[in-house]
Amino acid sequence: MSAAPLLSRPSPSADLLFRDVHVLDPRTGFDGRHDVRVRAGELAELGAAGTLEAEDVEVVDAQGRYHLLPAFFDTHVHLRTPGQEHKEDLETGTRAAAAGGFAGVIAMPNTDPVVDSAALLGSVREVAAREARVPVGFLPAITVGSAGVQLTEMAEMRDGGALGFSDDGRPVSSAAVMRKALRYQRLCGGVLALHEEDVSLAGKGVMHEGAVSAALGLAGIPSVSESTMVARDAALAAYEHGRVHFQHLSVHESVEAVAAAKAQGVSVSAEVTPHHLLLCDEQVRGLDSSTKVNPPLATESDRQALIEGLRSGVIDCVATDHAPHAREEKEVPFEQAPMGTTGLETAFAVLYTELVLGGVLELSLLVERMTAGAGLFELPVHRIAAGEVANLVLMDLDARWTAGEHGWESRSANCAFAGRALRGRALLTVAAGAVAYRERSFSLVAV
Amino acid sequence: MNLLSIDDLDREAIERITDHAARFAEVSDREIKKVPTLRGRMVLNLFYEASTRTRGSFELAAKRLSADVVNFAADGSSVEKGESLKDTVLTLNANKPDAIVVRAPWVGTAELVSGWTDAAVINAGDGKHEHPTQALLDVYTLKRRLGKLDGLGIWIVGDVAHSRVARSNIVAFQRMGAHVTVCGPPTLIPRGIEALGCDVRFTLDEVAGADVVYALRMQHERMADAPVPSLREYAACYQINERRLTARQILMHPGPVNRGVELSGGIVDSPQALITAQVQAGLVVRMAVLYTLLSGPRAQAPLPEPQLA
Repeated sequence: MSAAPLLSRPSPSADLLFRDVHVLDPRTGFDGRHDVRVRAGELAELGAAGTLEAEDVEVVDAQGRYHLLPAFFDTHVHLRTPGQEHKEDLETGTRAAAAGGFAGVIAMPNTDPVVDSAALLGSVREVAAREARVPVGFLPAITVGSAGVQLTEMAEMRDGGALGFSDDGRPVSSAAVMRKALRYQRLCGGVLALHEEDVSLAGKGVMHEGAVSAALGLAGIPSVSESTMVARDAALAAYEHGRVHFQHLSVHESVEAVAAAKAQGVSVSAEVTPHHLLLCDEQVRGLDSSTKVNPPLATESDRQALIEGLRSGVIDCVATDHAPHAREEKEVPFEQAPMGTTGLETAFAVLYTELVLGGVLELSLLVERMTAGAGLFELPVHRIAAGEVANLVLMDLDARWTAGEHGWESRSANCAFAGRALRGRALLTVAAGAVAYRERSFSLVAV
Repeated sequence: MNLLSIDDLDREAIERITDHAARFAEVSDREIKKVPTLRGRMVLNLFYEASTRTRGSFELAAKRLSADVVNFAADGSSVEKGESLKDTVLTLNANKPDAIVVRAPWVGTAELVSGWTDAAVINAGDGKHEHPTQALLDVYTLKRRLGKLDGLGIWIVGDVAHSRVARSNIVAFQRMGAHVTVCGPPTLIPRGIEALGCDVRFTLDEVAGADVVYALRMQHERMADAPVPSLREYAACYQINERRLTARQILMHPGPVNRGVELSGGIVDSPQALITAQVQAGLVVRMAVLYTLLSGPRAQAPLPEPQLA
């Protein structure tokens, strides 16, 4: 791969001093109050709280109240450029990312047209280099038009900056085509990120199949629609010595299939979304179309299995599957609504509020899982250590807010967590050495 | 006040409606069948799905109560191409209907509509979800015949998966004290239906224990994915006929009947069948529902009791 894997708009490098801030980075072992100096976009110095001198730069005097975390990385977002800019674009989508504390995202190719050629990839990368507030990487399609038939020109796209490939939104239904992609991977590399769904089993389903779908009279998608495909592709990856990443796991059978593949040494990884970690099919009873997502929200016991999978490491990272849709598209009967919820702006806060404050996960583990995604795509993982590029989020863990109360940075408002009372809010995000976001009520103190 | 789901009604509320219906039934037996109860009120029938009987029943019910009736019919496809459901509702709502009766092929449509209007919204069928007035008329029919539903064993037989009638009736019958068993081909019994509190059987072997057999329409139009090998095999396994139904059992069906498929021709015409009584009940129960909703707190002045002369 010759081209830069991640792109964002040119921004001035940050010069900042964080004074007496609680630094937490599970990878470098920091968990305490320190001074942190960012100079020309680099983490220049870390010192004991109150020891670093201000150098005519902006100073955040946290007085121990705020946390400084490595900024998050999202392996799965839909930024809708090209063709669906009424839902989102690279500017609004990455603004939402920065507001949520993310300093890197990977965009899916299911746009209009599908990003399935080097020319299209080049054009979206150009837009990213002009508009993106945080670095964006791209996964172009595995198959032409994501139609599941003919492989795309993966080698050329890898040279053109493709991080890997995905037909997200649709599965690679044919096992033969999937196998071909895995064989071709030996030539060009690049992770194959897989949306696992057996469309013959999913049928016209619009929610998880179970007691709730039976009561509502909605066509159900059985859990085995996902898990049989996870098992199939794990077997194919083992056979071809390939590398696959399973997107948005949703049911316990899939967690078990990934665990089995990992136990056999197959090169697989997996992600899970905040909505699958926190919501289940009971929440669909109200027929709020923002709870219509793909894969569908499954049962409470599936949710518990996903949490346990994330804790144990069977699931490697959290990904939002941020899927913006216009208001009029979601303001229709449940069956007609498109699938997806936004998630970038709420991901950390919902997980912190429900899982960390709920005593289910340690904060350090959550931070690890919200940053680990970069490594799965052969990118450097954000770390807080001297000499690293500054990818940081200043977090006020005590902040109380209501999701959506002041609108959204995203162009769309279809958030399954809208209206929830949350704790934890990003005050400042530094991405690739530049300030990408400042919370509007939060101003840096100039010294 | 709306009627969106049978689940919104407790036993007392159901009984209040069936009691009103019984009084309206007396009106229906008189020479002049119309009462002035809802004079000056407007009932809008918003139908996104072909329905001759339910729409006709609501229309007649409204007219018997002297309400004005406006019918708006559209097929689903025209809506997808053009005006959204929301815009249609906002447009129709501009004429300030007092009640909107909604039938649509999509789950939750009536509930969605209720968020866009101040009119009382009545769910006349939303996809495969619910059909609460059907459940009310079935409860009324059984009460008229048997006095009460407490302790009754009711079997709902057939295509439960595609039946909004089944879903509403399972809830309503249980709420009135009956015990419900659903029975049909395993491919037409939705996974998880037992969470509604009913028993599940895949054969009619034990149907002799039922007091009431409620057969569902085998919906040809929803059979694209062939859930049963053939209608012939379905009839062989699940048809309610003279051989399977004993003389003490009651037969019900929401109509329209496929003679020779879910019911034998002879059993439809037998005195055990309450099918025609159900249709008659549809009228008076819908009168009672309109009366109940439009005489609620929304009404500007308390309505007079239905005048029986």
